[in-house]
Amino acid sequence: MSSYSLILRTAARFLLPLLLMFSVFLLLRGHDLPGGGFIAGLVASCAFVVYLFAFDVAPVRRMLRLDPRSMVGVGLLLAALSGVPAVFMGDAFFTGLWLELELPRVGEIKLSTPLVFDIGVYLVVLGSVMAIVMALAEGEE
Amino acid sequence: MMLTAVLSGFVLAALAPWLFRGLGARTGWVLALLPAALLAWFASFVPSVAGGEVHVLQHAWVPSLGLQLSFLVDGLSLLFALLISLIGTFIVIYGGGYLAGHRDLPRFYVLILSFMASMLGLVLSNNLITLFVFWELTSITSYLLIGFNHEDKEARRCALQGLLVTVTGGLALLVGLVMMGLIAGSFELSEILASGELFRDHALYMPILLLVLAGAFTKSAQVPFHFWLPNAMAAPTPVSAYLHSATMVKAGVYLMARLNPTMGGTEAWFLILGLVGALTMLTGVWMAYRSTGIKRVLAYSTVMALGTLTMLIGMGGEKAAMAAVTFLLAHALYKGALFMVAGAIDHETGTKDLEQLGGLRRKMPVTAVVAVVAGLSLAGLPPLFGFVAKELLLEAVLARPGPGWILAGLVVLSSMLVVAVAAIVVLKPFFGALRETPRHPHEAPPSMLLGPAILASLGLGFGLLPWLAGQGLLAAAASAVYGHPVNISLSLWHGVNLPLILSALILIAGILLYFKWPRLRDWFNGPVALDQYGPEALYYRFTGALSNFAGWQTRVLQNGYMRNYLLTILLTTVAVVGYTLFSRLGWGWLPSGELDVRFYELVVAGGIIVAAVGAAVMRSKLAAVAAMGVVGFAVALIYVLFSAPDLGITQVLVETLTVILLVLALFKLPNFSRLSSRMSRLRDVTVGVAFGGLMAALMFSTLGVQFEPSISAWFLESAYTEAQGRNVVNVILVDFRALDTLGEIYVLALAAIGVYAMMKFRSQPAEGRS
Repeated sequence: MSSYSLILRTAARFLLPLLLMFSVFLLLRGHDLPGGGFIAGLVASCAFVVYLFAFDVAPVRRMLRLDPRSMVGVGLLLAALSGVPAVFMGDAFFTGLWLELELPRVGEIKLSTPLVFDIGVYLVVLGSVMAIVMALAEGEE
Repeated sequence: MMLTAVLSGFVLAALAPWLFRGLGARTGWVLALLPAALLAWFASFVPSVAGGEVHVLQHAWVPSLGLQLSFLVDGLSLLFALLISLIGTFIVIYGGGYLAGHRDLPRFYVLILSFMASMLGLVLSNNLITLFVFWELTSITSYLLIGFNHEDKEARRCALQGLLVTVTGGLALLVGLVMMGLIAGSFELSEILASGELFRDHALYMPILLLVLAGAFTKSAQVPFHFWLPNAMAAPTPVSAYLHSATMVKAGVYLMARLNPTMGGTEAWFLILGLVGALTMLTGVWMAYRSTGIKRVLAYSTVMALGTLTMLIGMGGEKAAMAAVTFLLAHALYKGALFMVAGAIDHETGTKDLEQLGGLRRKMPVTAVVAVVAGLSLAGLPPLFGFVAKELLLEAVLARPGPGWILAGLVVLSSMLVVAVAAIVVLKPFFGALRETPRHPHEAPPSMLLGPAILASLGLGFGLLPWLAGQGLLAAAASAVYGHPVNISLSLWHGVNLPLILSALILIAGILLYFKWPRLRDWFNGPVALDQYGPEALYYRFTGALSNFAGWQTRVLQNGYMRNYLLTILLTTVAVVGYTLFSRLGWGWLPSGELDVRFYELVVAGGIIVAAVGAAVMRSKLAAVAAMGVVGFAVALIYVLFSAPDLGITQVLVETLTVILLVLALFKLPNFSRLSSRMSRLRDVTVGVAFGGLMAALMFSTLGVQFEPSISAWFLESAYTEAQGRNVVNVILVDFRALDTLGEIYVLALAAIGVYAMMKFRSQPAEGRS
């Protein structure tokens, strides 16, 4: 179903990395500023969908490496597991745990279980959208 | 410690497939170490429990809600726990031999260990709710085990039947247990057991009794729910031996015994349990006598034993309680052994039909000895433990004043048939001339002999030295059933008394019945096909009608036309919500006073309306999609105007993806054309406007509602202090309400799977429909 448009192909080549970086940016800053796993996942999906329009399904599948259906599973697992460490600390399931690191030159970095949870959400959203879109696009043939 | 003991089975079950990969054929022997260790640990409770102690062990579960996991170890639960772990040990070993080389052997280990853990949880729970959870877990594992050979349609049907019958009863039980908990003010068994008066005089006593008994009767296969148990024999024999004779089917009996001090002692309790129990006892043994498959004969004789136990619990009194626990122990020992022997016969000869078996004692001498010992116990002959149990049973029934003699008559009658059944099961396959069988028989492997041999020897040992079991454990168990200390000692020889004379009579009649078996069986099976009128036929008629109804309503409601779904959903919503809104508020939801609306807000709203109307009337597909897009982006703009940037971004992205998906789908659709009549378009417009109006009315009505202000204030305040985040929306999503979000992404994943399946499997013809 790829449309052989030179403009679209060239644009997609540049848009994909930009949008993906933007999605990671949104994911990481989500806790303090607008963003978060859901939005970031949607942005990433848009990036891949544009690429899919330009180049067809097979290159996208190769680029994703992980089958989108497995991505959904991995995301769910990550999200569910992010609640577990708190249980071992004697807290309730899903109590947020934080680790603040002071890195030279980079500054302070906050690692946390809610971030892991958000990455899980990101993967589920991306995996779900890609699974549906790729199935739709493949259904054409 | 107790929590570890109960849950260890589940953990080992999860690990079993990996262990199997490493250990292969020896897996059964290794896995059996766990139930053996549990057996040893439970045995360490025996001295203190025999001394009259009751242990209540508590573990914090959800401390913030005051929920506890608590376990109760008294005579009754200890007796069950010991039986479960004892027989479990041998079943795991036996299963390895019986299913050797079976492709799904690891799955058998997973299920049987999960079942064992569930059953232990059931009998040890000190809380009605946890008891119920474990109760249902045994139903589910039983379902999976009956349907173990899942490629066999018959096995699947039988598994479903067992599940439906027991789970329906389970639902009734849940209601009953909740009512009990509310009346007692506590779900802890140890507290409920102490408040018997409260229940017996309560106005709701009868409903609770019926509900709880519905659960117990379905689980323990009492008439008229007995039919699922013989069908459960579709399971592999180790499963039948464990679940459907020695343990799970006794869960109902356990529950009745457990609640006897609380609910028992009333006229209704005696009448229902006595009547149903006696009826089940007779039905079971009569059906056993009519059958020719060795497993079916044993299954029906299990039904008989369950009926006897129910009857004894219903009778009440010290002696009946003692008889019940003694009979229970004796039955578990000999029936477990006999089932495993039946499995060995089936395994070695390839047939279960008693008519085709004979003379196996020369080929399988050890199995034959075990079968004879266990069979003598079943028949109730001295010096086996079954004899002790049967004497006590007769004594208890005769001691009951009033209708005792009727029950005594029934017990004598059923005991005669039991003697005949025992003879059929043991003599037919092992004695007489050797018959041709599908497989060439030889002695069963050690893994399949160890269990039955030890169980049968225990039956002999307890028979010779009845005080060994009676003095400590059984007396404590009987005390738990009776509610007061019981002090009856068991003995093999009581002197010449009425029960002994009856026993002699039973033996003679039983032997006569054995010799008349072929003729009487034909006569019983007779010209009238009673099965057409039995409860099982009713079950099939009911499930048949249910699937017909389901098929009908699916055709009507889910006919595959999107427009019909939408019409149904929208009209139902308009009717139900509209009725509630107007009946509660009248026109009170209409906004009063001046609305605080800005000009630019009106512009955006107007744009949405224009775009929506445009989407409905446009002739071009692409233009319609674009118009829908305008609606979506305008909504996003509104979110931004009301300072919800996260929502706005999400809306924009979702809208983008929706347009992309629509474009993808549009490739497949034909061009727009007018297919619907003027009337149907008018109808659609009416429904659409009505629904939109209703939503608007709902919105207006919420304006007047004062929401609890403290929640959002708290979120705003604590987002940074508690969860280190400045974006409150995100903090709520990933921290405060993470569990909700987890549920939502599961829904998202399910939706994706659904769409994927619709896209991918649509072209293949539907196979599952038959």
